[in-house]
Amino acid sequence: MEARADTTTNAGQLLAAASGGRRQWGDRIFSNFSVAAAVTILALLAGVATFLLIQAAPAITASSSELPGGKSLIDYIAPLAFGTVLAATIAVILAVPLAVAVALFISHIAPRRLLLPLGYMVDLLAAIPSIVYGLWGIFVLGPAAVGPMKWLEQKLGFIPFFDGPASVTGRTMLVAGLVLTVMILPIVSAVAREVFSQTPRKLQEGALALGATRWEMLRMTVLPFGKSSIISGAMLGLGRALGETMAVTIILSVSGVVTFNLISQANPSTIAANIALDFPESTGLAINTLIASGLVLFAITLVTNLAARAIIARQNIQ
Amino acid sequence: MPYDEKEFVLSPSRWLAVFASLAVLALGVSACGSSSDSSSSGGSLSGEVAGAGSTAQEAAQEAWTAEFENANSGATITYDAVGSGGGREQFIAGGVGYAGSDAALSEEEGELKKAAERCAPGKLVEVPAYVSPIAIIYNVEGVEGLQLDPETLAKIFNQEISNWNDPAIAKDNPGVELPDTRIVPVNRSDESGTTQNFTEYLSEVVPSIWKYEVSGDWPVKGGEAAQGTSGVVEAVTAGDGAIGYADASQAGELGVATIKVGKEYAEPTPEAAAKILEESPEAKDEAKSPYMFPFELDRKTETQGTYPIVLVSYLIGCTKYGSASEAAIVKAYFEYAISSEGQKVAAENAGSAPLSAALTKKIQPAVEAIEGSS
Repeated sequence: MEARADTTTNAGQLLAAASGGRRQWGDRIFSNFSVAAAVTILALLAGVATFLLIQAAPAITASSSELPGGKSLIDYIAPLAFGTVLAATIAVILAVPLAVAVALFISHIAPRRLLLPLGYMVDLLAAIPSIVYGLWGIFVLGPAAVGPMKWLEQKLGFIPFFDGPASVTGRTMLVAGLVLTVMILPIVSAVAREVFSQTPRKLQEGALALGATRWEMLRMTVLPFGKSSIISGAMLGLGRALGETMAVTIILSVSGVVTFNLISQANPSTIAANIALDFPESTGLAINTLIASGLVLFAITLVTNLAARAIIARQNIQ
Repeated sequence: MPYDEKEFVLSPSRWLAVFASLAVLALGVSACGSSSDSSSSGGSLSGEVAGAGSTAQEAAQEAWTAEFENANSGATITYDAVGSGGGREQFIAGGVGYAGSDAALSEEEGELKKAAERCAPGKLVEVPAYVSPIAIIYNVEGVEGLQLDPETLAKIFNQEISNWNDPAIAKDNPGVELPDTRIVPVNRSDESGTTQNFTEYLSEVVPSIWKYEVSGDWPVKGGEAAQGTSGVVEAVTAGDGAIGYADASQAGELGVATIKVGKEYAEPTPEAAAKILEESPEAKDEAKSPYMFPFELDRKTETQGTYPIVLVSYLIGCTKYGSASEAAIVKAYFEYAISSEGQKVAAENAGSAPLSAALTKKIQPAVEAIEGSS
């Protein structure tokens, strides 16, 4: 054992020799702790998955008449999964262009004086608790959105998204999506910003030297360089939007329908919000059903993250 | 790179070290959670009792525990408003000494049987302790003193009537100019005892119109939904043309509709709400426990001065407990809660309707059956 440890730590030995042997201790402790931390993460993930599976099992095996509402498990969860994906999709579609623009502005356009405060401000958005976003949505954004939503219904009512009738309280899918947009904006833009600012100087200067305008330079060098970071940022944001509970729970007027109509009072609920709303008064099989829906959410986020990894990996190979 | 990757091939001794580190991490995480169990000999009141359940009772329970602890400095009572279902579940599992529940224990899912087993060899105690009228709140510009009969109310909430100038509403409100505004019915998005009691009223009084199954989950799709009583009040306040249902004490500045009972329109006053318990037969089953008083509310009553849309919330406990001090505290606490003084405190703090003297007298023996001093 000793011999093997010796041969596998050539570099470490060299360093240790250089600093008089003390280093080896620190290295060993650090290395053990980091391996332990990694193992803990894996164990936690496996533990959560096992918990979800075991607790969801009674609901999965039960007949539909025993489940809450007398519907089959798939009929129960499908509208929730639809709402979850819909809200998160709205948020990502709105947040990504905005976040990329903010990131480009901070990394390449903003005057040096504005750079730090602006970066801090965007990061600060991530520090606001989601319940505060929820309250803001219900008291400020919702009522403010009533007028514009009525306008959307009248002018763009032919698009299924704005079919109406427009909500009079503003507690709609569109508003929930907007609040989620603001919530994921800092994550997406922070990831993109970091990579944008690492674009090789040579490339940028080369582009400018060839006569590119600033926008052409950004489009030809910075954006392609940061493409995978935009994707991974978007996926991180999507993950947060999928799992967001409090803000959606407070804001959204949910009624179990499946609809693409974003501005009416009748909206599909999301998995996380539904669990938060129904758990306190649930007993027995109803709890197992909620946990089964949690399992579906777990699966959705897992698939999204794996997809993101795959896309990024392919980007990097190219 | 200062290290090559082979560094991470672990020898058995390294694995040991890794697990040791893991243990240290785990210790750091789980350095909490100790339970204290303070029990003393019977007689004077001292010790801790935990309760859990109904959120509707929360404000009343807070007031009761505060007053109770003032009077009995040795006793501590905690009430966790996890929801009625959660409260019953914790009570059955033995996690809490008593439960607050918006629904009486039922045979469904064997709850009643399991609760009886939890109390064995004692009996179950179940008494109404919190009665609250549910007000129909609305926000329609220019309309005051809205009057509704049960049919119209049901049709509004099942979305058959969708505009405020509907003739059915006009019929109940002669002389009131009703605007051409879309009706926005607001319901609870979370499962709640308020919804349960409101839908129970509708399906009992107008079963031909309200054909949904009674449950704590709002059954009609497509309405505006909001979380909690405060959420409903907020949504009704925000939306012109909105109508919803909420604890009467929370209605605030909003318009409150009067509901047709018999030939009159009744207001959701505490007195009118408490009166329905006198009108209603108790669904008592002596065989199960003589100390349970579940009420089958007579919501179809036509007696003048009765308001039929009420929420009745119960206290659930046992006649026997593991320790005499726990039993003594539960007994004294229940006694206080249903006493005229306790009911007054709840009315002041939570806006509930005090139990009538006659009813208190009727349920008193159940509470006295708790073996406080043995």
